[in-house]
Amino acid sequence: MFDLHGYGEQLFLGVIVTLELAFVSLFFGVLFGILGASAKLSSARALSVPVSIFTNLMRGVPEFVIILVSYFGLTNLLTSIVGSYVEIDPFVAGVFALSLVFSSYASENFRGAFLAVPKGQLEAARAYGMNRSQIFLRIHLPQAWRFALPSLNNQWQSLLKDTSLISVIGLEDLMRKAMIASQVTKNPFTFYVATAVVYFVLLAISVPLFRALEKRANRGVRRN
Amino acid sequence: MFSWMTDYSDLVTDNWQGYADGLWITVQLMVISTVAGFLLAIPLALARVSSTPFFAWPAFAYSAAFRGTPLLVQIFLFYYGLPQFDAVRDSIFWPFLRDAVPCALVVLSFNLAAYFAEVLRGGIMAVPEGEKEAARSLGMTPALTYRRIIMPRAIGIMLPSLSNEVVQQLKGTALVSTITVLDMTGVARRLTAQSYTSEPLILAGILYIILTYLVSRLFKIFERHLNAYQIR
Repeated sequence: MFDLHGYGEQLFLGVIVTLELAFVSLFFGVLFGILGASAKLSSARALSVPVSIFTNLMRGVPEFVIILVSYFGLTNLLTSIVGSYVEIDPFVAGVFALSLVFSSYASENFRGAFLAVPKGQLEAARAYGMNRSQIFLRIHLPQAWRFALPSLNNQWQSLLKDTSLISVIGLEDLMRKAMIASQVTKNPFTFYVATAVVYFVLLAISVPLFRALEKRANRGVRRN
Repeated sequence: MFSWMTDYSDLVTDNWQGYADGLWITVQLMVISTVAGFLLAIPLALARVSSTPFFAWPAFAYSAAFRGTPLLVQIFLFYYGLPQFDAVRDSIFWPFLRDAVPCALVVLSFNLAAYFAEVLRGGIMAVPEGEKEAARSLGMTPALTYRRIIMPRAIGIMLPSLSNEVVQQLKGTALVSTITVLDMTGVARRLTAQSYTSEPLILAGILYIILTYLVSRLFKIFERHLNAYQIR
């Protein structure tokens, strides 16, 4: 049953694309998540209110719809700027959509995490004469990171699973390769089971990775 | 200057019937799969907390399999994958799995059951030990304790999490448009393909936001009703 009809290499190439997409989206998702959280915590209401409303609305829209809107919307935008029909690269549209989804949730996690850092820590840093960026990079972020990691783990699991949706707009990821192989070989069950197993393994691998990250982030915490 | 506004009002006046039909399919998919998923999740959660590996292991494997793979893969596996076998095509389930909508319902329900079961398991374990002991000392059998004390309490404790899963499920229903179901996303995708604009999809997104809001409101009301004994 697990004869892949010579498509094993194609599936492997697809896995590489899936991982590239996931990691690039993770990077931008975390970055914009932190920026979004900072905006939400800002004392400037002109900044905090619109960002909060936007992320709340985003969390009510299906990931799939966000991906489709990004793809067609960005293509239309590019076309109107350039003047002739330009189709956006599915990878770019995918990173855009997935990091948007990721950061909408992550900004809320980071917001809570930033608030969970004891105020005395920040005051102590200021008393030492650190400037604002030093306080943020040396004191606030490393400690907030510790609180944010468990929920980032959940978000990462969703992100990795959501990468499969980019296949619908034509990215040659694992899912797309499986669709093509299924159509050619007329063995859809085999290929979709193989695909499911690959996603399962990728998710299973990331569990100990996150545990290691959490352990590292908590290295300064004393346990009773 | 406000041309985008007329774009949307044209979109609504020309296609409201299509959107209404799509919305109805989406709501049906969500409600039916939520009820079916919940009914499946109760025995799954009970098996999950069971001390007998004979029950606990299969339930764990089920949860891991459905939560550890993308919903899109599951949908394709059931809709395109299963008919590969003659045994499936000859079985009594075939008239059901052959059509996209019932097949989508089966997958959505199986998927949600796995997530619900995990939440319920957490709820069962969060019920205070004293309440279980009190039920036992009143002479309740284990089955009666589960029915009258543990399950209602577990559901009450976990209602906010259950509500999140239902919202996730609502968003998950958008994927059924990949197997030709004309749900709200399916309708919007068809309009987008005809007009080469993203407005039909954005309109669908707005409708989803409203739907999400209504679902979470509904759960808030339900929560207040179910947890009425808690003093706030």
